[in-house]
Amino acid sequence: MLKLSMAFSSVLNRKYLILCYLLFNFIPPLSLAASQPGASMAAVEGGNTELGINEYDITAKKRPVDKSVVILGEKAEDTSTTDHSKLKELQGPFSSGPEVTKACLSCHNKAGHQFIKNKHWTWKVHIDKTGQDLGKSVLVNNFCTNAAGNEGMCAQCHAGYGMTDARTYDFKNEDNIDCLVCHESTGTYYKLPPSPGNKACAVMFEGKPKIDLTKVAQSVTLPGRSNCGACHFYGGGGDNVKHGDLSSVLFEPPKSVDVHMGVDGENFSCVICHVGEGHEWSGSRYEPIAKDTIGQGKPGLARQTATCESCHGLQPHPANLMGLKLNDHTDRVACQTCHIPEYATGGVATKTHWDWRTAGKLKNGEGYREEGYIQGNGEPRHTYKSIKGNFKYGENLKPMYVWFNGTERYLTVHDKFDPAKPVEINHLEGSPDDPNSRIWPFKRMETIQPYDKGNNTLVYMHLWGNDPDAFWGNYDFARAIKHGMADFQLPYSGDFDFVKTWSYWPVTHMVAPKEKALACKECHSKDGRLKDLEGMYIPGRDTNPWVEKIGIFAVLATLLGVLVHGLIRILFSRRRKAS
Amino acid sequence: MSLQKVKVFSRFERFWHWTQALLIFTLLFSGAGIHGFHQLVDFETMVWVHVISALGLMVLWTFAIFWHLTTGNWRHYMPTRNGLFKVLRYYAWGIFLGEDHPYRKRFWHKHNPLQAMSYLALKLVLFPLLWLTGLAYLLYGFWGQGALTSGSLEWIATLHTIGAYAMAVFIIIHIYLLTTGHSTIEHIKPMITGYDEVDLSEAEEEYLEQDEPGRIIKDK
Repeated sequence: MLKLSMAFSSVLNRKYLILCYLLFNFIPPLSLAASQPGASMAAVEGGNTELGINEYDITAKKRPVDKSVVILGEKAEDTSTTDHSKLKELQGPFSSGPEVTKACLSCHNKAGHQFIKNKHWTWKVHIDKTGQDLGKSVLVNNFCTNAAGNEGMCAQCHAGYGMTDARTYDFKNEDNIDCLVCHESTGTYYKLPPSPGNKACAVMFEGKPKIDLTKVAQSVTLPGRSNCGACHFYGGGGDNVKHGDLSSVLFEPPKSVDVHMGVDGENFSCVICHVGEGHEWSGSRYEPIAKDTIGQGKPGLARQTATCESCHGLQPHPANLMGLKLNDHTDRVACQTCHIPEYATGGVATKTHWDWRTAGKLKNGEGYREEGYIQGNGEPRHTYKSIKGNFKYGENLKPMYVWFNGTERYLTVHDKFDPAKPVEINHLEGSPDDPNSRIWPFKRMETIQPYDKGNNTLVYMHLWGNDPDAFWGNYDFARAIKHGMADFQLPYSGDFDFVKTWSYWPVTHMVAPKEKALACKECHSKDGRLKDLEGMYIPGRDTNPWVEKIGIFAVLATLLGVLVHGLIRILFSRRRKAS
Repeated sequence: MSLQKVKVFSRFERFWHWTQALLIFTLLFSGAGIHGFHQLVDFETMVWVHVISALGLMVLWTFAIFWHLTTGNWRHYMPTRNGLFKVLRYYAWGIFLGEDHPYRKRFWHKHNPLQAMSYLALKLVLFPLLWLTGLAYLLYGFWGQGALTSGSLEWIATLHTIGAYAMAVFIIIHIYLLTTGHSTIEHIKPMITGYDEVDLSEAEEEYLEQDEPGRIIKDK
């Protein structure tokens, strides 16, 4: 990787420079920010419009080094049995990442065998329930659509070195595992895209501080929030773009945003919940556990699962009257539904809508960007980019609620669909009649993206590359799709159009303090959060219309009856007195 | 036979009546809130109040059932057609003409036939309907899987709602009927003091004077 960066040293014309910035809005900020010159940010007429596309000034912050809790225990001090800085294997000097990896694996001689089976490395996952083969290496999403064929950019978040093309990458070479990205704790380590895309992009890496690999290697520890967050908080091409509940706020969140991770609270790192052994972690989005029926397990049993129940148990509420009633809910309502009243909290917005149709507009022959949204922390977000199209954002959003049993059926690039209706990228299975389903909160991402009009399938786009077909350079959908499909020998009719797609993202982080958990009436009312969820009776929401009509009529008729009876009595009594 | 001031409502009976009245009003108010008729109190509190009041009422009724059975007071609620028509005619017509109520309380029949029949229906049909559906509603978590959505809960809730409307109708009539007779106060008084005018047979009068002198107030 460092060799790569040294190779991209020639500065070409300004247009290419701008293109590079434009492409680099993808990169997790890591520690690149300091090196970014403001050269291409010339303001043009039209207010917030700026030529050049670069998101660093918005999302780039030096990765904070957190002191999050990585092991649960009563002792505050470090209980590790090894001081890595004293190991002779780690005294360096190291000239490349793989050299460090070799040193790691010389002691941790099973870690490599373990890790090359993990999704962070394979980008593949087989789901037994559905028989689907999924993972970043094959899927089409409704953000930047496909990593397949664009690894040169996307594999910046591959936990290995140099994956420029997954089809030719040596997935058996354990020396290419990037141990440091997950384990280093200096905050000075960063990853660059495996390939420069356009050759002019080399300028992006100029002036970057050289990584002191010896110091970084000696700093290894269990992963903190800054390690996981460096990739996972920036999925989809920017801060909190994809998930909605995973943003840079979680590097150092207040307890009010996340009761578990709050620096003024438990200060948990990700791995406290996403427990793992042997380089395999619990809590997969591809195959979530929608209903945990085991809970805490046997005394002393450390369960390998990220469910709330694995710590809080199956009867998490106190044994008083209200607690019993709340515990009655846990069989059909996911913990997250009540305990995450809003997502994208803490000042960082999430992308909610994306329209690819408008991508490719130029000003003065150059791509540009517009800032049309100021998020809670005061920072602007792009509402238009030439390389991607138009966006909408949201913050402090109420999730949508869905019956979900943990099975997701993905729409792969091979599956046909009906373009007349919104296309579900990941269909969520579950229903009120299915006892394994619970009501779950989701973020729904809505995108209008290209598809194969002739075959009614999604398409791979060739976005990133040092060639004339790459969309991020020529802004030509037809060529980018043709190239993207041909790369994988996929059938393409040659005719594309745009289709509305929905993808669903489980809202499961940013758990609020219990005081902010949903009040009953949020669901138990006629216009509550669950007003559109059919198939079950919710007290306070549902009534039998006939019982209501007849009941109210009976009460009113009785009132009227006694009123008339009383009036007649009064009239007759007066008449008697008069006579 | 002679009309005498006799204690017809024992201390327990009065306590039962008024506690029950309070609880039923609380239940109607909180139930209406849970049902979505008003948002005067937050849902959580209304559920809490509703459950506590219902449990309280059930405890009270456990004592009341025991009391009815052990004291023989259940006999007051035995339905009879004897005199029923006269009472119906009175409320439908005679009351307007200023006639006197055709029924005289008797020692073992302190309720008129219409009253006895209504209260019996209340005790044997409406109360059990509300408790059973209410208990099932409260404890739906114990029925096992799928109850929430199987439609059973909806039936339970619907029956409970029907019971609640019927109770509201009963209360309206019950309170209105207090205004009949000579005065409303006169109707409420027995349930406070316990004493009401009862048509006693000579034997009953003799018995009370001898064995329960505190229950009869003889005119001086």
